[in-house]
Amino acid sequence: MHIVVCIKQVPDSAQIRVHPVTNTIMRQGVPAIVNPYDLYSLEEALRLKDKYGGRVTVLSMGPPQAEAALRKAISFGADDAILVTDRVFAGSDTLATSYALASAIRQIQKDMPVDMVFAGKQTIDGDTAQVGPGIAKRLDMQLLTYVSSIPALDMENREITVERRAEGGVQVLRTKLPCLVTVLEGNNEMRFATMANMFRAARYPLKVWDKDGAGIEDITKTGLKGSPTIVSKVFAPTAKTVKAEIIDTESNQPKDLAVTLLAKMFTQHPQLQREIGKSAN
Amino acid sequence: MSDANETSQAPKKPAGRRKFELDPALAAYKGVWVFIEHERGKVHTVSWELLGEGRKLADKLGVELAGVVLGTPGDMSRSFCAEAFRHGADLCYLMEDELLKDYRNEPFTKGLTDLVNRYQPEILLLGATTQGRDLAGSVATTLQTGLTADCTELAIDPENRSLAATRPTFGGSLLCTIVTLNYRPQMATVRPRVMAMPERDESRSGRIVEHPLGIVEASIITKVLEFIPDNLQDKPQLAFADIIVAGGRGLKKPENFHLIWELAKVLGAEVGATRPLVQDGWVEADRQVGQSGKTVRPKLYIAAGISGAVQHRVGMEASDVIIAINSDPNAPIFDFATYGIVGNAMTILPALTEAFRQHLATAKLAG
Repeated sequence: MHIVVCIKQVPDSAQIRVHPVTNTIMRQGVPAIVNPYDLYSLEEALRLKDKYGGRVTVLSMGPPQAEAALRKAISFGADDAILVTDRVFAGSDTLATSYALASAIRQIQKDMPVDMVFAGKQTIDGDTAQVGPGIAKRLDMQLLTYVSSIPALDMENREITVERRAEGGVQVLRTKLPCLVTVLEGNNEMRFATMANMFRAARYPLKVWDKDGAGIEDITKTGLKGSPTIVSKVFAPTAKTVKAEIIDTESNQPKDLAVTLLAKMFTQHPQLQREIGKSAN
Repeated sequence: MSDANETSQAPKKPAGRRKFELDPALAAYKGVWVFIEHERGKVHTVSWELLGEGRKLADKLGVELAGVVLGTPGDMSRSFCAEAFRHGADLCYLMEDELLKDYRNEPFTKGLTDLVNRYQPEILLLGATTQGRDLAGSVATTLQTGLTADCTELAIDPENRSLAATRPTFGGSLLCTIVTLNYRPQMATVRPRVMAMPERDESRSGRIVEHPLGIVEASIITKVLEFIPDNLQDKPQLAFADIIVAGGRGLKKPENFHLIWELAKVLGAEVGATRPLVQDGWVEADRQVGQSGKTVRPKLYIAAGISGAVQHRVGMEASDVIIAINSDPNAPIFDFATYGIVGNAMTILPALTEAFRQHLATAKLAG
């Protein structure tokens, strides 16, 4: 069994700050991490490997620094790692990203057939959740998104059964390999890296592919050129013209502030009286 | 939305208001479509919210608004169409087939893609749900067109009639507006509760355009073995809560979060939290309010120790009344809250709980 896990290096968005005056992103010092949602997928892939044997290859597209994310994945137990990096990919939107990654997966297939591709449910920087479905479509793989568990995998008949989060419930689906799986958060936890794997990660000869290595056939489908969506502007949200009415009392004691707030609110928004009475009953 | 550009070598240059001529073949694409999502005989409310928003876009463009219903033959699918008319649709594209009983990626992608190719809408909107996101990504890739995820605002650019879709970016610190210039349809997803529910008009009706799916079950590889409905009692229901009390990093320690619960209990409110608190395991993920959590529209939202970063703001700013408690007078939350108390949430919260309790007791005596 061979699983390819797609991962992305992202800035730790919890630590991104916007400059209060210029409204620009302050990127300095923001650490790069492996997209947290990708780790649930990687862990699930590693569990399948533990149970059924086989290999796990991690794949990432990004700048040369993204190497760190791939080494991290090796330290958790992935067997191989490939970084797809080329200036032509800069500015790729989700359509162009799925084109490049699907092309790279076809290259991987040439060495060893791929039974499953795992991808994060979404990233924490783009948050689009579109690259996984896009890769599946391009590789003509069955798509299984928001998978919460994999109760059965039958390698002989090449069948997989998964539980998938749907609106209002859980769908139990059975499909054929090859398939692309995105894993829902919270159903597993990334294992600790073993000392042996950490050493292996440090020495691991990472494969780095440029556009030719990744087998890109049509360069116009990559990067900015291959991206139908265009960012027309980036801006900070405008403050409302009316700012919050700051509650102030002479004492500024919590109790006075609370009572003053309630009196003011119920006068200006009398409907809330009813609402609160209703909910509290 | 650009998924790879943030980490790419070269920053993406904003395209600005560059002039462009729409390819004549693409100019034939007309009309605004909303995918009507349903599961177990119920339409997801996000579809009605999207019809409300789609109506505005269609009116601005001077075109028709259509609902797209893929379902089993019979009364149920027809009733979904009727309901779509009442929520603003002029017509519905209806694809009926037993194969469409449960949502599955393959037949739904085929069905929706065929409809788009045949009837050529300029805009296609879907809910950013587990179903809508699964479907939208597949359809956009098949059609090779642009898709903007999780939009918080949709507008028509008056200069070139293109869809200007605004969404948070950079982990929710800024907003960006995305356009899809020379591709059709322009696709976008919107999360539930982000847009307001339109007025339902019982007198409205419309016409139905039928189209066959044209595949057989044997050609579909994925089978649905079972559907296990959620036990709703087990899950927090933030999306439709009337009152929400939420906490953020300003509460300092997980032990302090009980102050949120106590106020919520007095008010009969739901409890929410910011992303860092959920990531650190203070509360379950279902309680996260914000871009990567739930979007809420309560009548009253109490935010304690929440700074009001865009990521959180887009999930709750549609609340009718917002009370913000924060020790930093410059916290962005005071820019859009209704009332603000500058102070320590740990001391203000118990005082507020007590004040509400007394108010309710008095109201009860009087009532």
